[in-house]
Amino acid sequence: MNALIAAAVDPNSTFSIPSLSYAALAPILIVLAAACVGVLVEAGVPREYRFNAQLGLTMAALVAAFVAVIAIRRTNTLTAASALAIDPTTLFLQGTILVLAALSVLLLAERSTETGSAIVAQAAVVVGSAADRRLATSERVQTEVFPLALFAVGGMLVFPAANNLVLMFVALEVLSLPLYLMAGLARRRRLLSQEAALKYFLLGAFASAFFLYGLALLYGYANSVDLGEILKAQSTSTKSDVLLYLGFGLLLVGLLFKAGIAPFHSWTPDVYQGAPTPVTAFMASCTKIAAFGAIIRILYVGFSVSSWNWRPIVWAVAIASMVVGAVLGLTQTDVKRILAYSSIAHAGFILMGFLAENRDGTMSQDGLSSILFYLVTYGFTTIAAFGLVTLVRDGNGEATHLSQWSGLAKRSPVFAVAFTFLLLALAGIPLTSGFSGKFVVFRAAYHSAAPLVVIALITSAVAAFFYLRIVVMMFFAEPAEDGPAVSIPSPLSTIALTVGVAATLFLGVFPQPLLDLATNAAKLHG
Amino acid sequence: MHNIALIILIGIPLVGSLIIFSLPEGNDLVAKQIAFILSAVTFIYALVLTFTFNTKGARFQFEGSWVWIKSFGVHFAFGVDGIAVVLIAMSTLLVPVVVLASWNSFDTIEDAEELPRGSASGAADVGSASGAVDGAAVATATTAVVQTRSVKTYFALLLLLEVFMIGVFAATDIFLFYVLFEAMLVPMYFIIGSFGGPRRQYAAVKFFLYSLLGGLLMLASVIGVYVSSGTSSFAFTDLVGRVPTGATQKWLFLGFFIAFAIKAPLVPFHTWLPDAGAEAPSGGAALLVGVLDKVGTFGFLRYCLPLFPEASRYFAKPIMILSVIGILYAAFLAMGQRDMKRLVAYTSVAHFGFIGLGIFAFTTQGGTGAVLYMVNHGLSTGLLFIVVGFLIARGKSRLVGDYGGAAKVVPKLGAVFLIAGLSSLALPGMNTFISEFLTLVGTFTRHKALAIVATTGIILAALYVLLLYQRTMQGTLNPKVGTSASFRDLSLRELAVVTPLITLIFVLGVYPKPIIDIINPAVQATMHDIGQTDPQPHTAAVRGGK
Repeated sequence: MNALIAAAVDPNSTFSIPSLSYAALAPILIVLAAACVGVLVEAGVPREYRFNAQLGLTMAALVAAFVAVIAIRRTNTLTAASALAIDPTTLFLQGTILVLAALSVLLLAERSTETGSAIVAQAAVVVGSAADRRLATSERVQTEVFPLALFAVGGMLVFPAANNLVLMFVALEVLSLPLYLMAGLARRRRLLSQEAALKYFLLGAFASAFFLYGLALLYGYANSVDLGEILKAQSTSTKSDVLLYLGFGLLLVGLLFKAGIAPFHSWTPDVYQGAPTPVTAFMASCTKIAAFGAIIRILYVGFSVSSWNWRPIVWAVAIASMVVGAVLGLTQTDVKRILAYSSIAHAGFILMGFLAENRDGTMSQDGLSSILFYLVTYGFTTIAAFGLVTLVRDGNGEATHLSQWSGLAKRSPVFAVAFTFLLLALAGIPLTSGFSGKFVVFRAAYHSAAPLVVIALITSAVAAFFYLRIVVMMFFAEPAEDGPAVSIPSPLSTIALTVGVAATLFLGVFPQPLLDLATNAAKLHG
Repeated sequence: MHNIALIILIGIPLVGSLIIFSLPEGNDLVAKQIAFILSAVTFIYALVLTFTFNTKGARFQFEGSWVWIKSFGVHFAFGVDGIAVVLIAMSTLLVPVVVLASWNSFDTIEDAEELPRGSASGAADVGSASGAVDGAAVATATTAVVQTRSVKTYFALLLLLEVFMIGVFAATDIFLFYVLFEAMLVPMYFIIGSFGGPRRQYAAVKFFLYSLLGGLLMLASVIGVYVSSGTSSFAFTDLVGRVPTGATQKWLFLGFFIAFAIKAPLVPFHTWLPDAGAEAPSGGAALLVGVLDKVGTFGFLRYCLPLFPEASRYFAKPIMILSVIGILYAAFLAMGQRDMKRLVAYTSVAHFGFIGLGIFAFTTQGGTGAVLYMVNHGLSTGLLFIVVGFLIARGKSRLVGDYGGAAKVVPKLGAVFLIAGLSSLALPGMNTFISEFLTLVGTFTRHKALAIVATTGIILAALYVLLLYQRTMQGTLNPKVGTSASFRDLSLRELAVVTPLITLIFVLGVYPKPIIDIINPAVQATMHDIGQTDPQPHTAAVRGGK
């Protein structure tokens, strides 16, 4: 960073105000502005109106931002001194994040299954104290979670667009800090939730430090933090390549951490389990997509040259992720943890898309579009899956232990069928979106990474075992005496769940429209 | 090419399934009636298609093709050749029969099968690996039998299964075939898992995982065929002859082969079948062994041979040796079984050895014999499972040792049992004899030693079938059988179930020509695809003259 400052105070360099394309930035600006308004709402609006005001504001902002994304769908430009690349890939990812964030917010706003909501009113109260016990059953609602979510979404919108490492770092922090807080807001099992928040924060801080370190080394190598410049420097720079390799490696560690890819996955199960389930849904879908967006930007734009090869690294982490997700998932007994390990395995599948090459060894458009497609399919399925988990409740809140799910199909057949369908999608059974996604990625990667495809298929078969265990529990086991019941959700969650399940089915049977969209979106600026 | 004949065939059971699923709980009789009527209509319609199939016409008929996923070149394409059309006819016959056979299975406590003492030790060796799932299965087994099971779900699943069964035989697009091949697992999984015997959870999961693993390997090969052939289409006819030869073809062949070998099942991929066959309800087991397993052998003929001719020739010898091992090994295992359903499952493994032999002999006789065998085996093993199911419904036990002298009490049941058994051991005059004979002759012209060793399988088959019959039906009357009030002879419904199957067993045993005429051109087309011609018959004198 010293170098940066040195550059800034260099008397020979003149500083000119960068031109901003406000149209291209509109989605980001709308979300961040609404987040700031949300903070004011928190301060100014009376408590009884606050919840609805915040919910309305948040949804309005997300919808408006989505409309803005559609309005500028043909944009392909660099703006803000080429720090932001608003290109079809960015817009595709931004649109996806906005839709999925809207669904997550609907889940967050669920108040009929839990007194108040899934979010605790005062996260800082000492766990186990009398005040804490009162909180669990109090009607009080915490509404700061909505602006927090909006800030996180704002960061997520910038993250895949960042064409400049410093901006990417800022976006990383903007999206992460609210998430650290949100992870600690669970109304029930406060200790687990706080542990999750602390763990996520500490490990996340480490990851950020790695990213920053890598950034500094790359700056030393390329004399710029701009991805285009870094790319150019790789063929012209006279500096030691050690800087480049180390810088790239450290940068990647930070991003792999956010995307929950092994061996940087260890936070995932704990945080997914401890965080309030709607927040988990939000993290599992939106954060993952944003993180992959940044990885796309780094790998396709900043390091796309074939003069040196980072592919072995991606091979290794992809295999590690698939194996860790599938094998460790087998030993889990908590539904949320199972879904967490599933997300690790899925991250490995998505990584395969980066290994798709054209016949001349350059990175293929097919690979990029397959990643984009997969991210959408996975996002919808995982939101719906976590959303359904919130409905299984007993006297102590959500019942997520596998044994508590025994015989659920007898009491709530519709729930069980829907959840089974989502699990089949996660397992990649045909006629679900999970299969379309896997097929697209495997097809793209087959030419250049056939052994990896075989490994992926074998790990899919292994992973199928733990998805099936849940199905077996629900359908074939006998209901427990005082087992949990499936709550009837409010219309808000119902919408979110219906959309998630319907998208999983639709994209499995008719993937063509989204395939076309992803193919058209697989164009990066620069 | 927008012929909707096959779409209608698939549509009838699909509509039926959806109607039954949406019926309110409690309308069991309506559910059964709808299932029976629609599956019967499906069968009649399939029969019409079979008889209008032009044996001198194109290889694929009733073809209909619609674009499904444009970017991949995936088509929603159906069409049948002679092999597929007879298998569809056989499958659609079995469904109404099974529906009728399962009519009362879930109304009373007839499904209260005891945990077989004999299989408990057999369970231990495989059970230790299965861990928690298996433990849970045994723990809940005692309470499971008193639970009422959703009758309509069972019949809706049967019809759904029929949809996929027809689809998988009729698909002419490899992608579509794969999709249906995998989707077929789901209804069967629930049939076993929800309506099966005491260890149904374990059996269902094992069945699903084995098939899924095979299916995923096949998916790798499907993508590989698509990428390496250089076409942008998954249509079967576009891909034949386009797969590059050499190592690529061998690897891709193995992907398909393992999937089909697990499905078939061929030794050593067979271990799921005894569990699944024993735990599935008898009707489900009849479809599982009678139809689903045929998809594996059908896949060998339809996909492995034409797509990978070079690799097929390369691997033929080891596969045939495995088939012969399967015939003998499974026969010995069948003899040692105390559980009747496991026994029947093992006999099937042995029979699939013959089918594998016939297919990989690369002769017209062998191929025709193999296809005929698939049809006949569906009929005879389907019947055997159904009859065993009748017996279990009366005796409440799957153990051979709990019966004895039963034919004295239930003579009609005993007679049907004997016919099913004799058909299974390929007695001349029965349907299976001709197919077994053809496969062996077809094998003999190429591989004499293998054919001779395989022939001993016939003797072993006589042993295990007749021993089973003798121990359950003949000899001194087991007091449990004699005193049980539920031990009545076959009812009118049950007679109606077995009559069509028995009729076909005899008719096809004497006059199989109509079916062979349909099968033959398709088998010859397959032989042409792999570039094999039948070896010329020669005598010792001719050879001496060389």
